Amino acid sequence: MAEAEFSTLVEVSLRVNGERVSRRVEARRHLIDFLRLDLGLTGSHAGCEHGVCGACTVRVDGEIVRGCLTLAAQLDGADVWTIEGLSDTGEVRDLQQAFVARNALQCGYCTPGMLATCADLLERSPAPSRAEIREHISGNYCRCTGYEAIIDAVETVAAARRAATGQVAIGQATIGETAE
Amino acid sequence: MSINLSALDRPNSYIGRTVPRPNAPRLAEGRGTYVDDITLPRMVHVAFYRSPHAHARIGRIDAEAALAVPGVLRVFTGRDIAAVCSPWVAVLAHLKGLKSAPQHAIAVDRATWAGEPVAAVVAESRAAAEDGLAVLEVEFEPLPVVAEMETALDPETPLIHPELGDNLAFRRVHEAGDPDGAMASAAAVVEATFHTGRHTGVCLEPRSILAAYNRAENQLTVHHSTQAPHMIQTVLAKHLDMPEGNVRVICGDVGGSYGIKVHVYPDEMATAAIAKIMGRPVKFVADRIESFSSDIHARDHRIKGRLGVDAEGRIVALEIDDLTGIGPYSVYPRTSAIEGNQVVNLCGGPYDFANYRARTTVVLQNKTPTCQYRAVGHPIACAVTEGLVDLAAEAIGMDPVEFRRRNLVRDDAYPYTSAANMRFEGLSHHQSLAKLVEMMDYDALRAEQARLREAGIYRGIGIASFIELTNPSPFMYGIGGARISAQDGCTVRLDPDGSVVALSGVTEQGQGTEAMLAQVVAEGVGVPVERVRIITGDTQVTPYGGGTWASRGAGIGGEAALQAGLALRANILEVAGAMLQAAPETLDVIDGEVVEKATGRARMPLGELGRIVYFRGDTLPKGLPREMVATRHYITSDYPFAFTNGIQASLVEVDVETGMVRLLKHWCVEDCGRVINPLLVDEQIRGGIVQGLGGALYEHCVYSEDGQLLTANMADYLVPMAAEMPDMVVAHVETPTKESLLGAKGAGEAGTAGAPAAVMNAINDALRPFRARVTAMPFTPERILAALGRIPERRF
Ligand code: FES
Ligand code: FES
Repeated sequence: MAEAEFSTLVEVSLRVNGERVSRRVEARRHLIDFLRLDLGLTGSHAGCEHGVCGACTVRVDGEIVRGCLTLAAQLDGADVWTIEGLSDTGEVRDLQQAFVARNALQCGYCTPGMLATCADLLERSPAPSRAEIREHISGNYCRCTGYEAIIDAVETVAAARRAATGQVAIGQATIGETAE
Repeated sequence: MSINLSALDRPNSYIGRTVPRPNAPRLAEGRGTYVDDITLPRMVHVAFYRSPHAHARIGRIDAEAALAVPGVLRVFTGRDIAAVCSPWVAVLAHLKGLKSAPQHAIAVDRATWAGEPVAAVVAESRAAAEDGLAVLEVEFEPLPVVAEMETALDPETPLIHPELGDNLAFRRVHEAGDPDGAMASAAAVVEATFHTGRHTGVCLEPRSILAAYNRAENQLTVHHSTQAPHMIQTVLAKHLDMPEGNVRVICGDVGGSYGIKVHVYPDEMATAAIAKIMGRPVKFVADRIESFSSDIHARDHRIKGRLGVDAEGRIVALEIDDLTGIGPYSVYPRTSAIEGNQVVNLCGGPYDFANYRARTTVVLQNKTPTCQYRAVGHPIACAVTEGLVDLAAEAIGMDPVEFRRRNLVRDDAYPYTSAANMRFEGLSHHQSLAKLVEMMDYDALRAEQARLREAGIYRGIGIASFIELTNPSPFMYGIGGARISAQDGCTVRLDPDGSVVALSGVTEQGQGTEAMLAQVVAEGVGVPVERVRIITGDTQVTPYGGGTWASRGAGIGGEAALQAGLALRANILEVAGAMLQAAPETLDVIDGEVVEKATGRARMPLGELGRIVYFRGDTLPKGLPREMVATRHYITSDYPFAFTNGIQASLVEVDVETGMVRLLKHWCVEDCGRVINPLLVDEQIRGGIVQGLGGALYEHCVYSEDGQLLTANMADYLVPMAAEMPDMVVAHVETPTKESLLGAKGAGEAGTAGAPAAVMNAINDALRPFRARVTAMPFTPERILAALGRIPERRF
């Protein structure tokens, strides 16, 4: 009996939020439980545990995945980013600020997953239309906001990021002329 | 006695200004603390064995195999829990005749709905507890099931609780004027039958509780995802037989509630009971499937309505016959009769007419219990009323906007008492209608609709006026004997550095309660809003209060906070006067400084005043009051409820080949009195609208004939997602309540109240060329195609 239980444990080594992590996990352990229960990363949430609500969305090897449909045992060697890491590096700070300014979060339970999904969109598509934003987040359930504020926030950040990249180009072209 | 506090009147006021929510950045960084994020030493987990039958006698429970599962510690039956947790009966004295049976935390002898807890397995982890459930053996003897509400009262239908004598939980008939005479004299009488479907809240954070019992102190500490910490404290103390003072309820971040988390749930009571038995922390977090079968449901109504109008298009009479099924028990302690009662109170609410007859019949059935869910009864009453109003307008060949113009209660008619005996202090139906028509460019939309129809594109415009009950007084629950506080309190404290801490009895579940309180307190005391810290959700710390429900946070909690802030300001000025050798009335506190009132000249920062009061009190005159803390409570007393009003419009396109409805745009003009934070109010409206749209188009708890819930996951129970939702235009009219200084009424439920009716009317407007009509929610493609006669009608 004890041996059978033991054999269900799997050794994994991976990077989570840029840090090395090694654990023995039960073969049935989902990524969302691994993050929350084994690593104490409670920023990612479980809303449905059957792949529909998107609350558990995190980034694995550059792609967003459902933490409730991914087994931790499959992640040996993976590079995982959660809201905690994305916040610490500042990668999604502009999105977070826009969400706060536009009140695109109310209870905040969907927000970490929503931010990961929105960041993923802006990575792929710097100038998404409102319909594209709606489509991209259509796997992330939010009961509080009615979504419009989220669409607005993402639109604002996309425009600001475009303006910022534009400014860099202009700034380089005109450097010297405006130097005081 | 309302004062002009709006930003327009006072340029530096925080009232009426969009101020960011202090708790939002934390949540955006994933640093919230929801119940499931908390881990306590020696904590164990409980999972519930739920009845697979809608009605069955519970036989032998064999725990041997479950107890052998590694990690499993204990198995509890209903009888084990009943030894420490007494049953409850959810009735209210003012709902005359309401009856229900004693309900246990875990069913004893008999399970009465599929999903009722029958046993509990406690283990070191949730996973181990579920492993235990998988091998727990429970014998059942299935009993006849009462699923259909239409036949629940038939003599041949079995009784769910034989001791009650029948399956009727509650009936109320209300009559005003002479409805029969008025109907007989009407130029036209329209009638229709409406179904509002059975919905549930689907909070993204499931119900969660972590109960810890300390035997040495006989102290129960409960971390709970709830809207009403003090009510839960009272209930736990009563049923676990403990002094109320020994029960502490802490409510941290809550991942959405919408009324779902304001009720007493058997599994949560059982969790607290198990904590008391085992003397250690016990956590229960519902999974999604059990949320669907154990969170309260709502809105399972069938309503027959008749409306009579005269030749000028004036409403002369309204008749409503409402039937609702509430499951096997009335839900504790708010009861499950309130929703039907609200339908009677609210039907016809926006309109001026005198002859009214309404009946609600509330029956028991073997389905998940129903109770109060966001906008309680409003979406039902609004759909019935507005559906009939559109039919009447059509019957006499009048534009629906013109029809409403003729019938809405006049803006100068207040105070006004409705045919249902609801008292309105001041509403703005006509101003709201005018604003809506202008905002949506109604005439242009009608012209476009006509043009597109020629091209075979079927668009519809639907309008829905509504009233919303907010700021409830003890007339809602207290007079019926429930220990649910209608009053709320706030304590405001000045700390030595000049910062302010405010403790409030209302709670935050994402609406922005804490931002609203911070603004009001900042305004009351006279400090920058960033210097105010808000504490809510701890029964051992905050003033006793009702919590957040029935759109009472701003109107009641906000007013208490304003009064407390003003009282603290007066205390500060008294000390400042002594220090500055000035009469207190010549001074003021503005932006964290004591200033000369007449000139605005700065005299002393509050940090300096704090330093002296707290550390150099020796320099102040002996006997000078130096209370840097003030507490105020507020309760409404002039009116039982502060009604708000509003109007919504929906623009849809119906694909008559597929039956699909596309939501193109939605508008809402809403009057919640004084708007404290415009952005937060607008987002309450938008979120509420989408919740209403979900019920109108997608959401449905579908049951089989034997009482099995067929839509018990998020793939089968469809919720609104971003791709299908429209952009929404929101505007306001402000008619402050004169009962309070702040003048705020509630705004949390208005969106949900009116959206389903607006969409229904829009769909029927689109279908008008086909003489087709839908009145049963949700308006699925199948139902629309059936109405169009393209597929056969099916019973849903
Ligand atoms: S919890 Fe993973 S999608 Fe819902
Ligand atoms: S903010 Fe509450 S679910 Fe999205």
